[in-house]
Amino acid sequence: MIPAELADRLRGSFVDVVLARDEVTVIVEQEDLRATLATLRADPDLSFDFLSCVTATDRPDADPRFWVAYELRSMAANHRMRVKVGASEADPRVPSVTDMFPTANWQEREVFDFYGIVFDGHPDLTRILLPDEWEGYPLRKDEELGGVNTRFHGAFIPPVDQRTTT
Amino acid sequence: MPGTPTDAPLRGSSGEIRQETMIINMGPQHPSTHGVLRLLLELDGETVITCKPIIGYLHTGIEKNTEYRTWMQGITYVTRADYLSPFFNELGYCLAVERLLGIEAPARAQVIRVLFCELNRISSHLVWLATCGLELGAVSVMLYGFREREVLMDVFESVTGLRMNHAYIRIGGVIMDIHEEGMEKTRGFLRVMPGRIDEFESLLSDNPIWIQRNRGVGVLTSEDALALGVTGPMLRAAGVAADLRKDMPYCGYETYDFDVPVRAEADSYARYAIRLDEMRESMRIVEQCLQRLEEPGPVMVQDPKVAWPAQLEVGPDGIGNSNAYIHHIMEESMEALIHHFKMVTQGVEVPAGEVYQTVESPRGELGFYVVSDGGHSPYRVKIRDPSFVNLQATPIMVEGHLIADAIASIASLDPVMGGVDR
Repeated sequence: MIPAELADRLRGSFVDVVLARDEVTVIVEQEDLRATLATLRADPDLSFDFLSCVTATDRPDADPRFWVAYELRSMAANHRMRVKVGASEADPRVPSVTDMFPTANWQEREVFDFYGIVFDGHPDLTRILLPDEWEGYPLRKDEELGGVNTRFHGAFIPPVDQRTTT
Repeated sequence: MPGTPTDAPLRGSSGEIRQETMIINMGPQHPSTHGVLRLLLELDGETVITCKPIIGYLHTGIEKNTEYRTWMQGITYVTRADYLSPFFNELGYCLAVERLLGIEAPARAQVIRVLFCELNRISSHLVWLATCGLELGAVSVMLYGFREREVLMDVFESVTGLRMNHAYIRIGGVIMDIHEEGMEKTRGFLRVMPGRIDEFESLLSDNPIWIQRNRGVGVLTSEDALALGVTGPMLRAAGVAADLRKDMPYCGYETYDFDVPVRAEADSYARYAIRLDEMRESMRIVEQCLQRLEEPGPVMVQDPKVAWPAQLEVGPDGIGNSNAYIHHIMEESMEALIHHFKMVTQGVEVPAGEVYQTVESPRGELGFYVVSDGGHSPYRVKIRDPSFVNLQATPIMVEGHLIADAIASIASLDPVMGGVDR
């Protein structure tokens, strides 16, 4: 289905459907996320059976602050769409979809690692790219570049901006 | 969770619980883990009971860094993610930004992009063949693979000035036109390479050791592959003809004549055969590119608010501003200097919005989720790297099998840790 057709089709079932730059986005509430993904997969015309990508964006001025995006692809019908769900700043939580799409396992861990968004029901929600003892969530907008101590072979190396040249 | 072992291997022949398992760390520094991958293996003798991949040793914060640089500088970051397929990283990112800008690169630039991506696919598959051969004991294949790759590195260097991390594909086109020397070197490669692939085949395809080490090893069925998000040669070796160049064409791939090799066996051997066939198909595409490049034309959009201002050329120490251009901005035109300064320090302004752009990299679906808030640098760049997603299939491929087969399985997966950890 071409994006415009897809958007029209989805407008029958969803309130918040955006068609921009030939991409269709559906914005849903957290409690509807899993049911939405299940419906999109089960519908024979849509058959969104492949989860390409799970990622997040931090918008400190928006409410909710965090937005998790699920990039869906249909191998059978050969089209794409995106489902987005918000997560609040105070308690960033989103239901995990790892049991529905096993590929979400590492991808949700990565989002947790970098944004601190908790995926309820994830079998093993631990840091994946950063060390387990890392503090903070680096891809949040209030985490600045630099200013991080480096440990190397037990030596303590101060952040770049605090190093002296002497 | 996929890959969770049943308790069957834990029991002995009379049903008693066996307890003499051993946990070992393979990696992060291990010659056969393709970089800094660490596998936590629980072994019962030679059999792998559980396998847990641990990653992150090569994390360099590429996605975060792009948020603090201009759109154009972002290219130099993303090209370093999957260091064996730099052109694909550049292309995916640039296509995403171009869609946000609502522009399209000129026809000749698209052809040059396709040309270099396909040459890059061959060079990436050659490194895979070389390292895979080395890991399975075929040292001569390692030497041949790197020898052939060197020819391609030479092509890349003569045209882009660099062997890797080229930053050659830019927003709005490519940074320099391909010169006759580069074309001639590519033609030379096309003359030699088919015979070399035949050589690889005669060395390996019927080799009893190669067959024993690969056939029936690291099986990943299409159902498991799709559930785990696995794409690329891994998926095509399991009978699914998914190739983004055909399914969701970009850069005019729909106008090229080529086939997508598919096999049904879903094992390491099928992946080997698919990659060799893909190299041949890539050469078909490169040939068509060379024909199309007979037509001259611009390689960068004409819009001065997007196009890189400098005229670059390859000098003795890599890529740099041409002397004529430096003379122009320093001696002749104040306006040109101001324009140059503004484009280089501030660069293009991208309208707010988000896109998800995919390209078919040598390892599968390489996706760029790029968000702009209307400023001079990206608001968010997410690299959906196929190596990262494919690596999740390791446990299901190796658990319950011999540890030696784990080596062959990971080799056939072809992970590049720069892309996994980003």
